[in-house]
Amino acid sequence: MTDTPAAARQRPLSPHLQVYRLPLPPLTSITHRITGIGLTVGTLLWAWWIIAAAAGPDAFEAAQGFIGSWFGMILMFGWTWALWYHLLNGMRHLMWDAGRGLDLGTTYRTGYLVIGGSIGLTVITWIAVFAAM
Amino acid sequence: MAANQPDTGYRTALGRVRGLGSAKAGAEHWLSYRLLSAAYVPLTIWFVVSAIRLIGADHPTFTAWLAQPVNAVLMLVTVGVTFHHAAYGMIEVYEDYIHAKGPRLLAVAATKGACLLLALACGFAILKIALGA
Repeated sequence: MTDTPAAARQRPLSPHLQVYRLPLPPLTSITHRITGIGLTVGTLLWAWWIIAAAAGPDAFEAAQGFIGSWFGMILMFGWTWALWYHLLNGMRHLMWDAGRGLDLGTTYRTGYLVIGGSIGLTVITWIAVFAAM
Repeated sequence: MAANQPDTGYRTALGRVRGLGSAKAGAEHWLSYRLLSAAYVPLTIWFVVSAIRLIGADHPTFTAWLAQPVNAVLMLVTVGVTFHHAAYGMIEVYEDYIHAKGPRLLAVAATKGACLLLALACGFAILKIALGA
């Protein structure tokens, strides 16, 4: 027997995140988590907006001013997409929890539907935003 | 039959007889989180539509909108569901990624505390505006 040290042997590596192209199901899964964390951070701005309204006109103007600034608008745009993505993919999770749509074909179809739907709803929302401005 | 029937919450009779599932409050926690998530879908759509209609609203316009009973109650419910959903969603993330017991406990407790505080602050703000104080 040829004795090679364990470390020197070229062992096959398990898929590593940096070189592994995520298939759609884990990609939509981790995106669900990331958007959820992002939206949780967003609740801070949401709370500021509501509490400022109760604090008075000056505080409310300050909150509205931040939301309406270019930085605020970029954040709002990101949160709009995150909200629609998390809502649509959340419905996908509820469907799975009910034991439906768990086969591979349906999983990919609903995955693409969530991505396309979230982009579509974001565009529609911002068309409505600019129409209302 | 009903007198000595144990309180099974959301668990099915078959699951209980077979001894399947959580020994504690797991089934109830799991299902209530999903029922709240399902209720969150129409609430979110209502909130986004309302927020678009309120773009550029000054303080009197916004408070007049929030003072309407339907809007005040729906906002209170949305605040409650949002911070509950955010807290338990974040806790699920911590449970998966924070392996050390101390930091995990700290993260869970801090998130629960912060979400409770923010929910109460927002709820108080909404009531203050709605009741015209």
